[in-house]
Amino acid sequence: MAKVGLKAGTRKRRRLYLMLTSLAIFGLAVMLVLTALEDSIRLFYDPTEIIEKGVKPGQNFRLGGLVEKGSFKSIETAGSLINHFSVTDGNATVSVLFNGLLPDLFREGQGIVAEGAMNDAGVFIASEVLAKHDENYMPKEVVDSLKKRGEWQRKPAATDVKDEGL
Amino acid sequence: MIAELGHYLLVLALGLALLQAILPMIGAARGDGRMMMLGQPAAYGQFFFSFLAFLALSYAYVISDFSVAVVARNSHSLKPLLYKISGVWGNHEGSLLFWVMFLALFGAMVAYFGRGLPQSLRARVLSVQAMVGVGFYLFMLLTSNPFDRLVDVPLEGNGLNPLLQDPGLVFHPPFLYLGYVGLSVVFSFAIAALIEGRVDPAWARWVRPWTLLAWIFLTTGIVLGSWWAYYELGWGGWWAWDPVENASFMPWLVATALLHSAIVVEKRDSLKSWTILLAILAFSFSLLGTFIVRSGIITSVHAFATDPERGFFILIFLALVIGGSLLLFAIRSDRLQAGGMFAPISRESSLMINNLFLSVAAAVVLYGTLHPLLSDAFFGVKSSVGAPFFNLIFGLLMIPMVVTMVFGSHLKWKRADVKGVSQRLIAITGIAFLAALMTFYITYGGGIMPVIWVGIGLWLLLSTLQELATRIKLFQRPIKDSMRRLMRQPRSSWGMSLGHLGFAIALLGIVATSSWTREAQQVMAAGEVMQIGDYSLTLKDVIPVTGPNYTAVRGIIAVTSKDGATFLAYPESRTYIASPITTTEGAVRTKLSGDLFIVIGESQGGGRWGLRAYYKPMQVWLWIGAAIIVLGGMISLSDRRYRIGSPHRKSVAERRVNVL
Repeated sequence: MAKVGLKAGTRKRRRLYLMLTSLAIFGLAVMLVLTALEDSIRLFYDPTEIIEKGVKPGQNFRLGGLVEKGSFKSIETAGSLINHFSVTDGNATVSVLFNGLLPDLFREGQGIVAEGAMNDAGVFIASEVLAKHDENYMPKEVVDSLKKRGEWQRKPAATDVKDEGL
Repeated sequence: MIAELGHYLLVLALGLALLQAILPMIGAARGDGRMMMLGQPAAYGQFFFSFLAFLALSYAYVISDFSVAVVARNSHSLKPLLYKISGVWGNHEGSLLFWVMFLALFGAMVAYFGRGLPQSLRARVLSVQAMVGVGFYLFMLLTSNPFDRLVDVPLEGNGLNPLLQDPGLVFHPPFLYLGYVGLSVVFSFAIAALIEGRVDPAWARWVRPWTLLAWIFLTTGIVLGSWWAYYELGWGGWWAWDPVENASFMPWLVATALLHSAIVVEKRDSLKSWTILLAILAFSFSLLGTFIVRSGIITSVHAFATDPERGFFILIFLALVIGGSLLLFAIRSDRLQAGGMFAPISRESSLMINNLFLSVAAAVVLYGTLHPLLSDAFFGVKSSVGAPFFNLIFGLLMIPMVVTMVFGSHLKWKRADVKGVSQRLIAITGIAFLAALMTFYITYGGGIMPVIWVGIGLWLLLSTLQELATRIKLFQRPIKDSMRRLMRQPRSSWGMSLGHLGFAIALLGIVATSSWTREAQQVMAAGEVMQIGDYSLTLKDVIPVTGPNYTAVRGIIAVTSKDGATFLAYPESRTYIASPITTTEGAVRTKLSGDLFIVIGESQGGGRWGLRAYYKPMQVWLWIGAAIIVLGGMISLSDRRYRIGSPHRKSVAERRVNVL
């Protein structure tokens, strides 16, 4: 009987060790998540919100909207390309500079998401312009923003549904 | 006619699935043998009908019957036959049919191979398997019928997104589905065990090969997808922490944990409730993966359709399956008798700790994936969590995991001697440390994390080799003797050695390619030269070419490497006829030391073209490592213990019946 009691005791203690280890690992992970989140969350703004929220120069964020028709210029300097275009949500417009080759699907009138920061002159310096797969595809954030600004027209359903499986 | 027939077959399959879900479960509760027996024929029939329905849809694709809505939306009469067939599962409705067909196939396999199982366990497993199936049949028939007809029949279909017209992607989704659906079997076994109130090594001997099978498919599917992204998308990336990639990675992490904890159940009769919980979670993550992709709730490059009705259905389904099974777990898990004990320093402990790391990693990926959704829903803040978040956390979290992996594989079961193991590891630790120092010197100023990871990756590689050497007593016995031992290693230990070796190799590739990739871009006219790494690239010419269903521009580029070797590279930019999309076909030169990846962009006018080039050190190590991992899994799966009618298992099963 005593032996069984002892065994149950060890079992409990070992279970406690296990719980403590799990808690330690979990706590470590939570700490990591919180630290990492601070640096790597990118907030999403449309051009109107940049003005409304007073986004400071140098603060990294994601800009989304439509590439304004007739705004695209590509300037070549020293063998490398600087792309200049405007992004609009129908309400406000912001100028964008991007030093690099644009994704295949970049076109005027197309919805894009770009990552970067404003400079002191109020120009958005993009470090990355995100490429998406499909000519019908609109980034969800851009759709929401355009809906809010009353610029969104839904496309006919037949071209809207196009996906590729899991 | 064929579409209506397919629709009818689906309804028949649903009817059989309902039978299979209800009757055997009641039979098992009442001890009614005849009701339990109904499970098998129902499982065979359900698979038969769903397979015929799948054939019916495939037929509609092959003959380009554009009166069927999904065919019109996703196919094109000019498409090569391979892509017509792959189009069957290249869309929402078809992929669901594909899912449910495999679900039924796995059910039928359990019915067939499970003859050695206790009758009540088999009946319950089949019943749970069918319940999941019922959910999917209903989802299909109510919200996304693949056999819907169009009133206005178009003359030509919309075509498949040309990016998806690639052999890598023909096989990527089926493997992923097989992985996802394979976990359903493990899930059914877990639920059945909870209802039975018992888990024993015989149960684990069943669950382990199924987990292994699903895990092999899942691994292959993920790697194929990654490989496709690398070659096809033209940005030289292979993993972007996109929600859909995460959706397949989460079940993989949990399945990897499950694979290891099932070993502990089988060998030591311990960690039972934990293994059951992992089995439930692994399948839950599979369903969640489907949900994330299908609902379009999270911005992703993969999700194009947002349909609230479907999203709502999946949400309810998820709540029922995940909530219900976790509730059952909470109520019943204390019935499972605790098994073998182990000391804090033992192989069991190390497996347990790594299980925890893998699960926490899965939880972190889940959080990172859902964060944008949560912050939008609760605070109205639109945000995204980028790759740096995941890279930082995995970079740190995986260090103790790999350290545990190194120690754990040298530890003995039950109770181990950490001092002895440390002494054995001194030599390889020294080598790994020196390698890390050398890396630090060569890449000075390039950050400390890659240096640590090179050391740790190499350490794992050497440790895996050393463990194998110890097992075959290399250099302790005559070499002939060692070779004989090597040949006699059980296949499951080969699985472990190869799996860990492949992981180490892939790890080194990942560290190198993500830390030291070089990139160059330039606008070039014919005759101009661009430098990248040890290569210099001269644009010779750009010519138009025509393919079966596209036109393209092809760059002809002479590449000279530092050692004097010269070769030509032909990157293309293709425009497809059916849909106005351009895709880039990068020219890739693969070497063990690194890949040279050249992409041609758009014309800048005046015969000038934008060109991009990447140099990705050790990229191919990732693919080689992944192949070794999969090979290890397959060898382990062929272990004779898992073979049908293996005497060992049967005797255990018989003993169980006797106890009953």
